[in-house]
Amino acid sequence: MGEIIRETISAGDMDPTFIEKIEKAGADRIRTCLSCGTCSSVCPSGRRTAFRTRELIRKALLGLREDVLSSPDLWLCATCLTCLERCPRQIKITDAIIIMRNMAVKEGFMLPQHRKSAQKLLQTGHAVPLDDANRDMRRELGIPEIPPTVHSSEEALAQVKEIMRLTGFDTLVEGEGTGAKQE
Amino acid sequence: MSKRPAYYHFLGCIIPHRYPSIEKATKLVFNDLGIDLLDMVGASCCPAPGVFGSFDRVTWATIAARNLTIAEQGGHPITTGCNGCFASLWDSNHELKEDEELRAAVNRNLADIGREFKGTIEVTHYLDVLHDVVGTQKVKEHVTRPLNGVRMALHPGCHWMRPKLVKKKDDSERPHIFREICETSGAKYVHYKDELICCGAGGAVRTADLKTSLDFTKQKFDSIAAAGGADVIVTPCPFCLLQLDTGQVEIQKLFGVEYKFDIMHVSELLALAFGHEPDEFGLANHLQYSQRKTEPNWERLNLRAKAKATA
Repeated sequence: MGEIIRETISAGDMDPTFIEKIEKAGADRIRTCLSCGTCSSVCPSGRRTAFRTRELIRKALLGLREDVLSSPDLWLCATCLTCLERCPRQIKITDAIIIMRNMAVKEGFMLPQHRKSAQKLLQTGHAVPLDDANRDMRRELGIPEIPPTVHSSEEALAQVKEIMRLTGFDTLVEGEGTGAKQE
Repeated sequence: MSKRPAYYHFLGCIIPHRYPSIEKATKLVFNDLGIDLLDMVGASCCPAPGVFGSFDRVTWATIAARNLTIAEQGGHPITTGCNGCFASLWDSNHELKEDEELRAAVNRNLADIGREFKGTIEVTHYLDVLHDVVGTQKVKEHVTRPLNGVRMALHPGCHWMRPKLVKKKDDSERPHIFREICETSGAKYVHYKDELICCGAGGAVRTADLKTSLDFTKQKFDSIAAAGGADVIVTPCPFCLLQLDTGQVEIQKLFGVEYKFDIMHVSELLALAFGHEPDEFGLANHLQYSQRKTEPNWERLNLRAKAKATA
């Protein structure tokens, strides 16, 4: 016989402003959620992980900010938009997830490998910069060895870097901390 | 005499830096179709919507908007062959036209680098150009080497057609446009149950959790196998292509299961159908072949078997 574990949500864990912020940032109609579970049932990620879209939205509606933002599950959505297409309330579920991810990053919850991707963008202006093997391949194909992008313009790269300085993206993603709770 | 249509060619990251064969094939195909592709000098990462959009929306929108202003200055629409780049550029263009608050924030940042988002151009995917501007009938007229007898499974991916009510491209639950374009090649469309599921790479999941992301891909491969198999899987997105292509090598390592699918971008499929030789655009350079030290299955693809002259 398994022990029944009762989880109690205390009022102190609930932040009523959380859902307001998500709504205001662009997740229209989120309060009309029926918790019907269509989102979870069509989610290709939920099919193989513990990520449950319905649960995430429910927690957000309850204002369980800390729980939602610190969860690594928040990063298992592949943004395929299938839940959004099929939601009977036409809630912008994927937008809501992106908004919550932005909030998580702002609070320091960011996977180290994601910080690394951000560093690449900061340094090169590309998420996936050109490597030597591909330079050779490009030359062999008769296309410019270095593409006509920020890779071939110091000035253009400086502009992209300046944008990331202006928005504070550079300080947002710096460091090596994991932030996200690892289970 | 009508003027040749011209588009700014947004390259992104994966096409020029990992699959230059797609870039070359696109140039061949668009040239054959009489469409000019203009260099977008100084363009950066789109930046990847599921990754950088997830980190900070204003940074994502501002970098995307900077790319848009390059095209605005030249006065031509943009075209891209990547669903991710399309999502970043199309969505930011759309959102900046609708959301005044975001536009003000973005333009404040852009002003510091001497730019301004004006909202004067459109963003297209190659699929839009092929379907809406050229038309499948005219694409078909350029086919000189129909890939008869080749069984073709399709992976349309997510971000060109979803969300359908916003993008208004195709019915994302029953899409037909990508299929019609691919069928001009003469290859035989093979339906499989999981055609519309995500490749698994998006939303920063490939970076966050490689094994989970590959499990999506594996489901797709198994679904294609259950439908009787395919000689080639075609996609309109290089990030999906990377996931399906190198994913086979990674799946073999992580799951111990071997798949041998040749994967092509729609530009590569059309380049072949238009009579270009695989060597002309470097089809054999796809990463799975260099990693596995193999070649495309020329026979199965109904292409002349080609012995490697040099090692």
